[in-house]
Amino acid sequence: MSATLNHIGLTRDAYKGAATTLCAGCGHNSITNHLVKALYELGVEPHLLAKMSGIGCSSKTPAYFVDQAHGFNGVHGRMPALTTGAGLANRKLLMLGVSGDGDTVSIGLGGFMHLMRRNVDCTYIIEDNGTYGLTKGQFSATADVGSVQKRGSVNTYQPIDPCAVALTLGCSFVARSFSGDGKQLVPLIKAAVAHRGTAVLDVVSPCVTFNDHDGSTKSYSWVKDHDEQIQDVTFIPFFEEISVDYEPGTTKEVELHDGSHLVLKKLSEDHDPTDRIGTMRMIEEARERNQMLTGLLYIDESAQDFATRESLPTRPLRDYGEVELRISREDFATHMSELA
Amino acid sequence: MTPGPTINDLMFQAATVNGSGSQSANLVLTRAIFSMGIPVAPKNVFPSNIEGLPTWYQLRISPKGYQARAGEPDVLVALNPATWTKDLKGVKPGGAVIHEAAYSTAGARDDVSYFPVPFAKLAKSRIANDNLRKQLTNMLYVGVVAGLLDIPFDAIEHGIRRTFQTKPKAWQVNVDAACVGYEHWQENFADRRIGHALQPMSGVTDGLVLIEGNQAAALGCVMGGCTVAAWYPITPSSSLCENLITYADRFRVDQASGEKKIAIVQAEDELAALGMAVGAGWAGARAMTSTSGPGISLMAEFSGLAYYAEVPVVIYDIQRIGPSTGLPTRTSQADLGFVYTLSHGDTKHLVLLPGTVEECYEFAQEAFDLADRFQTAVFVLSDLDLGMNLWMTPPFEYPERSFDRGKVLREEDLERLEGRWGRYRDVDQDGVTYRTLPGTHHPAAGYFTRGSGHDEDARYTEEAEAYARNMDRLVRKFESARAAMPAPVVDATAGSPIGLIAFGTTHHAVVEARDLLRERGMPVDYLRVRALPLSASIAAFVRGHERVYVIEQNRDGQMYDLLRLELPVELAGRLRSIRHYDGRPIPAESITRPLLELEEAVAVL
Repeated sequence: MSATLNHIGLTRDAYKGAATTLCAGCGHNSITNHLVKALYELGVEPHLLAKMSGIGCSSKTPAYFVDQAHGFNGVHGRMPALTTGAGLANRKLLMLGVSGDGDTVSIGLGGFMHLMRRNVDCTYIIEDNGTYGLTKGQFSATADVGSVQKRGSVNTYQPIDPCAVALTLGCSFVARSFSGDGKQLVPLIKAAVAHRGTAVLDVVSPCVTFNDHDGSTKSYSWVKDHDEQIQDVTFIPFFEEISVDYEPGTTKEVELHDGSHLVLKKLSEDHDPTDRIGTMRMIEEARERNQMLTGLLYIDESAQDFATRESLPTRPLRDYGEVELRISREDFATHMSELA
Repeated sequence: MTPGPTINDLMFQAATVNGSGSQSANLVLTRAIFSMGIPVAPKNVFPSNIEGLPTWYQLRISPKGYQARAGEPDVLVALNPATWTKDLKGVKPGGAVIHEAAYSTAGARDDVSYFPVPFAKLAKSRIANDNLRKQLTNMLYVGVVAGLLDIPFDAIEHGIRRTFQTKPKAWQVNVDAACVGYEHWQENFADRRIGHALQPMSGVTDGLVLIEGNQAAALGCVMGGCTVAAWYPITPSSSLCENLITYADRFRVDQASGEKKIAIVQAEDELAALGMAVGAGWAGARAMTSTSGPGISLMAEFSGLAYYAEVPVVIYDIQRIGPSTGLPTRTSQADLGFVYTLSHGDTKHLVLLPGTVEECYEFAQEAFDLADRFQTAVFVLSDLDLGMNLWMTPPFEYPERSFDRGKVLREEDLERLEGRWGRYRDVDQDGVTYRTLPGTHHPAAGYFTRGSGHDEDARYTEEAEAYARNMDRLVRKFESARAAMPAPVVDATAGSPIGLIAFGTTHHAVVEARDLLRERGMPVDYLRVRALPLSASIAAFVRGHERVYVIEQNRDGQMYDLLRLELPVELAGRLRSIRHYDGRPIPAESITRPLLELEEAVAVL
């Protein structure tokens, strides 16, 4: 156990939560650990964090990290609505939503899309295992065509790729990663948190009980064999100096809203994370090659987030009182006379 | 000597085509007459349609100021060829019919007076503006009606200025068009008299204002400190949040910074609308949503979550007939039972039942206080009649009370408690527990919110005893709320063996029905229910009467059923049910007729 303090003076333990009740080896538990690491290293104030979720295995996980923070385990598919409302009530909160593939692209697809369309300031992690775990192994809508269920049936329906949906809507931060790749996932989580606007992170997270067998495209072995990383991602927080040296021309640097930086070192092919249409083509081409692209797919740091667009004050709306919210006596009397 | 005309007592009806702009003309007439000190009670009967289907505007004028719908028209303006024959049939004998001259009256009834006006020709020859001709054609009949009913033209001008308050440019063209109609009357019908006339009066409407229930509710939301509103468009609720937007733009924007002290979100559906409001309520804002029956259906799941997770939120239901493909633009009180226990599992909600526009305003504020105080969903059941029609009301009072934000622990409270607290510990034994808001800067502030699977310290558990304890506490909380809800309004001065119970807009028909019954030598007492759970005082009222008629605007007697369930067994048998459910607001006659029949049956026994 490390007793090292982060830049706000907290130990890593301050970012832990209750013991997990998920299966041993579940990808979601790894994501929880990566979240703990990322939030600790970022020095997120626990009291300003709001952990939001819907229903499903993934949606239980907010109980397993940052115990000091408020959390809300809502109803199935409605985490985006809860997050939108809570964020409007208090703009100072750091909204972190954890959802699953069923929660996001089946029952909650409408809300997911509208959250991105509004560019609500939040981090949205999809713990994507292609299956319904809590209800014992039905296919979810992210299951690929031809993937085989544990009981043998084969999926024949087109998958819905949350990243493709996000790109279509111009979501301002779209990334994909793998629960087993902390090296890539931790900096992406940090960048998502630092980003102002909706940051969607589709994290493939194998379900060891129902979807980790041969024939599944969400199993540990399949992902390891087909993961095509588009960049090497380094996150440099606003409170640290940039001290990484890369060969000129091999990296792209992105400045995030809070002054932090992302340094993206190109790996497989020429990818511009600010080119939305190019990224969409890349994703589709990779799919045809039977490969899964991971990394920061798209970012738009110029997009205005919802609360800013709605002209909300930075002071939390929930803190305003009678004097500031009621119409003044004079204006009220004037208005009454207008109704005569 | 021939009797003079009846003064200030008539039903006016304009039969027009939806989307033709007749609403403005009708409002001008209403406001003109109101400005003469004459009580008005307008009801807009409109179809679920943008343009083309028939629509009717019924304006009741009565010296006593009754606001319930009354029967057939004494004066008809017929401008819809599609309904002309039927509209004509509905006019009371002796009535007056202003109609487009092109409509045939050959062989039509001869017990009404006809006033044929060549509206189309007049519009073509006298209204120069091509773009506005269609709308202004309606102002022609305003002028004709002014002539027919002796409305001074300056009252019409006042009505125009008031109706187009924010569009002064529209004043002159409308005045001109009304003037054309008025002159046409003078030139063609000046010597004709009918059995009705209007005269300026005083004493009934002095100091009153006109406002729709949805606007009153929106104003109440502003004064009640609403800072997050999420809604999905649905008739007859949309105008509530649209009025809220108008108020917000006027009164909640900081002139210097442009910052807005309210977020109003048009959501993607009603699931999200309530979800956003619940999220905001959880995070500490005064949050609301507004909808109608179909939206309430979609809000069932979140309502249950709000109940169990104990999140303050206000939900307006402007009731209409169901389902979506029913009569969505007609009024109803049929969501009562549905809303009271909305959601799966054991749920019961706090429900406010405004009966007047004043209560729409006051209960909006009350709703936010109750939601915060009892940390739960509070429903406000209005209806289309109340929400979308203009009503006379005394001007609203400026609120003197501070917001009641309920049991919220701040940083300093947690310091004092040394961090020892539990989200669901019933410290005060009233079932209402303490909560913290996200963002509270104390290591002990955070807790994890979920439905019912938690212990007193908000820790996850599926233990049977913990669940049952929580359920019992929620009942305790509900009982604490019962006493805090607005009390029934009781008028038991008649000393009659007969009592009436009603709620919501049915009130206005009851007021009139009681006068009618009194005139027949049958005074009756009255209790108006203003909230659920039902007040304990209702039992005393029922005990004081031999027979109590429960009057409501739904088919199955939902309030009657609730009363029978909750009243002591020996009292339940005293209840009788009177129901009105044709989609039109209940008239007094729908109370007096069945009541007299049932009373006659009692007398025979």
